[in-house]
Formats: sequence, structure tokens, C-alpha cells
Amino acid sequence: MKLEQMYQEIILDHYRHPHRSGLREPFDAESYQINPTCGDEVTLRVALQGDRVADVSYDAIGCSISQAATSVLTDLVVGRTVAESATTMDAFMEMVQSRGKVEPDEKVLEDAVAFAGVSQYPSRVKCALLGWMAFKDAVARAEAGSPDNGAQRTEAQ
Amino acid sequence: MTGQLTTGQLSASELEKIRADFPILSRTVRDNRPLVYLDSGATSQRPRQVLDAERAFLEQHNAAVHRGAHQLAEEATDAYESARARIAAFVGAQPDEVVFTKNATEAINLVAYGLSNAAVAGGAAERFAVAPGDEIVITEMEHHANLVPWQELCRRTGATLRWYQVTDDGRLDLDSLELSERTKVVAFTHQSNVMGTVPPVAELVRRARAVGALTVLDACQSVPHAPVDFAALDVDFAAFSGHKMLGPSGVGVLYGRRELLEALPPFLTGGSMIEIVKMEGSTYAPPPQRFEAGVPMTSQAVGLGAAVDYLSAVGMDRVAAHEYALTEQALTGLSEIDGVRIIGPSDCVDRGGAVSFMIGDVHAHDAGQVLDDLGIAVRASHHCAWPLHRRFGIAASVRASFAVYNTPAEIDALLAGVHEVRRFFRVPA
Repeated sequence: MKLEQMYQEIILDHYRHPHRSGLREPFDAESYQINPTCGDEVTLRVALQGDRVADVSYDAIGCSISQAATSVLTDLVVGRTVAESATTMDAFMEMVQSRGKVEPDEKVLEDAVAFAGVSQYPSRVKCALLGWMAFKDAVARAEAGSPDNGAQRTEAQ
Repeated sequence: MTGQLTTGQLSASELEKIRADFPILSRTVRDNRPLVYLDSGATSQRPRQVLDAERAFLEQHNAAVHRGAHQLAEEATDAYESARARIAAFVGAQPDEVVFTKNATEAINLVAYGLSNAAVAGGAAERFAVAPGDEIVITEMEHHANLVPWQELCRRTGATLRWYQVTDDGRLDLDSLELSERTKVVAFTHQSNVMGTVPPVAELVRRARAVGALTVLDACQSVPHAPVDFAALDVDFAAFSGHKMLGPSGVGVLYGRRELLEALPPFLTGGSMIEIVKMEGSTYAPPPQRFEAGVPMTSQAVGLGAAVDYLSAVGMDRVAAHEYALTEQALTGLSEIDGVRIIGPSDCVDRGGAVSFMIGDVHAHDAGQVLDDLGIAVRASHHCAWPLHRRFGIAASVRASFAVYNTPAEIDALLAGVHEVRRFFRVPA
């Protein structure tokens, strides 16, 4: 049964009780991302303090994998530097895209190693990455000083 | 597809014999579970008869059709045109009213681009010209294939897109829109790929005719599942795809009434579709060749001909009766499970075999994953009908869709799977 490998208790816990959910002020940039195959969406805000991630807040509609991944993301990046969070994101992406071939580094990924099972299901990789794509985009916007893509969100709705 | 089909159902032994024709149905998935394939609305499986026809064509007769004077070219052309004639007869059309396309999406684009090309084609094509202020009418339950091409036609021509809305129980709300003299096209599905809803085709055709609008029918979900006669339906154009009706992918069909195809400008241009070519300009072949530019798909057309033969041998009235029974079983079973919400009609009146639903607040992807783990293949998405899902306030749904080879036991497996989803995700009673 691979199913329990993917839906680990820690994932279901984050899904049922997401960390840091809801959109908050202040923030430096916002990103809206959508998965066109299922219609799942996330709006995610990043607040930076110097080179540190001060807060990540979000509003998301999606499956347990995408919701839990976004929740875990906030645990991994808030309080860390932007550079550290980029390293974590790279490790996370490598793991979920590996088809189970990459042994995840628990020191870097912490709770996110629970998503290793997702790599066995190629159709779910996008779910696990939806929040991370929004985080990556929001940080890039914050650093570039182009605060949000709200116009895109309005148009999509 | 209408109400009370109770006779002519397939017997258990007939069904067993049919299933034996589909090699893929005997395989296992995910830890040796028997495959329960309930995703025929996305793509159907092919019987040996279709696979054999494709292979026999390629091994014995393969050549470019409508070219060359050699024997293989003649045989290939005969096979291709014979398939066209049989497919035409299957849907109540004449052979020259059937155009092969790569899929139904291309067929609908062929009409939409034909209409916008009419603005500059002159002559007989002028009747098709769409101008700023004109209206294109669709419905809220359309697949993106019968929606986006019309948005694009409106963008190119300055016409306005309007649509019939959908009621809470998944029916078309005929009072939600009045056609006008500016309505040029009324395009609608013959059966919702999400809800199974069969809209009132005759009434829609009557209203379109009354204002002089063309009708375009998306028949992808009806032709594989019930007897369909385009001439009797009196629609102007219709589209369907091969891979949803036990045939190959890479082949679809556009039906058009002969006098309309004769006046419609081409969509794709190039080889095969010409009459005379000079450096200064060209004239085009009569339909259907005018709409089949380039060397066409051939083994796929031959395979689709074999699929039509297969379905005809079973009998489309019996296919419909069989799927009606499966749909009724699924609807009854699902409605008895706490927390299940059916998207669309909950009865079998004017309804085909696609059943979409939500299980509590479990996301469709998660539900689909649990079902997949049990060997049950369903679709978990917006099923290329995003506006319809938005109308029901959901991002995605689980869809089970049936075909001639599905069994009552498979519906039972689906229902048991839904219980397992509830258990796994702790859906409250």
C-alpha cells in the first residue's frame, strides 16, 4: 500500500490544522498560483525583514497534499534567511520530482520529508509544489520591488 | 438517453463476452488489483477488433490516401473512404458530410475558423460572416473545447459571447437567455461530460432556426453511448472524437450539412484540399476534401470504422440500455452514502452515464487517489469544464463515467471505494 506512504499522518495533520493560514498584513509581495489541471489555487504573501523571511501567509483552495505542503513550507522558511529557504526549496523539489530515487535529507527538510511518498505519484507533484511556486515568485517580487500579481488573480476569477 | 430504457439490456454472458474483447480490462494495477476502469468519458478502451483493424491496415494496405496510382494507394484510399461511409451511416449522415479531423477540438475549431475566414472569403461564404455586435451563444455546461474556440471567434470578429445558464440540479435554464436576430451560432453539448445532462436539443434547434442561427452540437459524449442521428436532430454541425467511442486517438469527426460544408471556407490549407493551384492563387476541392489538408490519419480512420462496426454489432440501443442501468445503480448507491453530493441530475431522466460527485469536503484529487489505490480509475479534476465547476462553487469533482464494457460489480466497487474514501479522510456522517 503506497497510499499510507503518501498520506502520512503528519501530512493529514497539516491538512486538518494548517499552520499560518489566512492572509496577513504587512507583506512585501504576493503571488497567486493556479494548477490548471484541477483548478487548485493559492494566494501567498511574503514579508521580509532584511534577508530574513519574517512571515508567510496564504489563502488556498486545494487537495490535502497542496494544503499540507504549503503549511509545512511556512514552518521551514519563516525565521530563516532567503538563501536558506532557497536551499530548502531546491531540496524539496528534487525530492518530490525524483520518482523515489532521492533519499531526502531530514536535516534540511525536517517535516517535509513526509512528502517523499508524493514522488511515487507524478500527477501529484504539482500539488506539492503549488505553494512553493507561489513562495518562490513572491520572494522574487519582494526582492525586485514588484509587490503582487493581484491583477492576474482578478482576471482569472 | 431519454427516460425509460429498461429493455434490451445486455445479459451477464454477453457482457462477459464483450469484456473479453478488451485486453486491457484484464490487467491489474497498483499491487495486483483488478482494473476497474470508470474513465471512459476521458478516453475509452479499444477492443481487439479495432486494434486488429489498425494493424491489418498497416501490415497490408498502408499508403498515402488520395495520391498515387499504385495498388496500395488504391487499397488505402478504399479503406479510408469505406470507414468514412460506415461512420457517416452510424450517425445518420451522408459520407460527404463527414470530415476527418484529428479530434473533436479540431472539428469545432474548423467551424469557428471557417466562420471568421468567411468575412474575407466572399461569395457563398458571406452567409457565415460574423461581425461586431453579432452574438455567439453557448451554455455554461460546455467542455472547454466547445467554449474557448467561441471566445476566440468573438475576439477575432468583435462578436459577443453569451450563454445559457445551468440550474441547481444541473439542467439547462432555457429562460436564462433570449436569442436575437444577432445570434449567429448556438453551440451546445449533446450530453454534459461532467453531469451527464442531455439538454433539449430539439428545442434549442428550434430557437436557433427561428433567428437564423447555425447550430453546432458537441456530440463527444453522446455518439459513443446511444443511437444518434444528426439528420434527425436537424443540427447544422456536430463534432465527436474517435478515442471516446472505442476507437483510436488522433481521429475525430466533423459533421456538417452538405450545403453548409459546400459554402464554408477552409480552415487548414495545403495539399489534398485543393482543386487548382497557380502561383497567383488557388481554388479548393469540394467537401469533405476541402477540410482535410495534408496526408490524413489513416490507420486511425480505419480503426474508427472498426469501432463503429463493433458498436453497431452490439446495437446502440442496447449500449444505451446497459449504461442506463449502470448509471441508475451508481446514482442510487451514491445518494445513499452520507456526505456524497452529486453534481448534476440525481435521476436518470435525459441523462447519460457520467456521474460527478463530491465526498464531504474531501478534495477530488484525494478521493481519486484512494480510489486509484483500490484499482478504480476515475477522473478527478474540473474535467475541462471549469466554468461549470465554478458555477457549483467547487474547484474539482470526482467523475465516474461508463461504457458498454462496465459491469454492475464495478459500480459496487466504486460505491465501496467511496466508503473507503470517507473512512480514510474521516468524513463525518
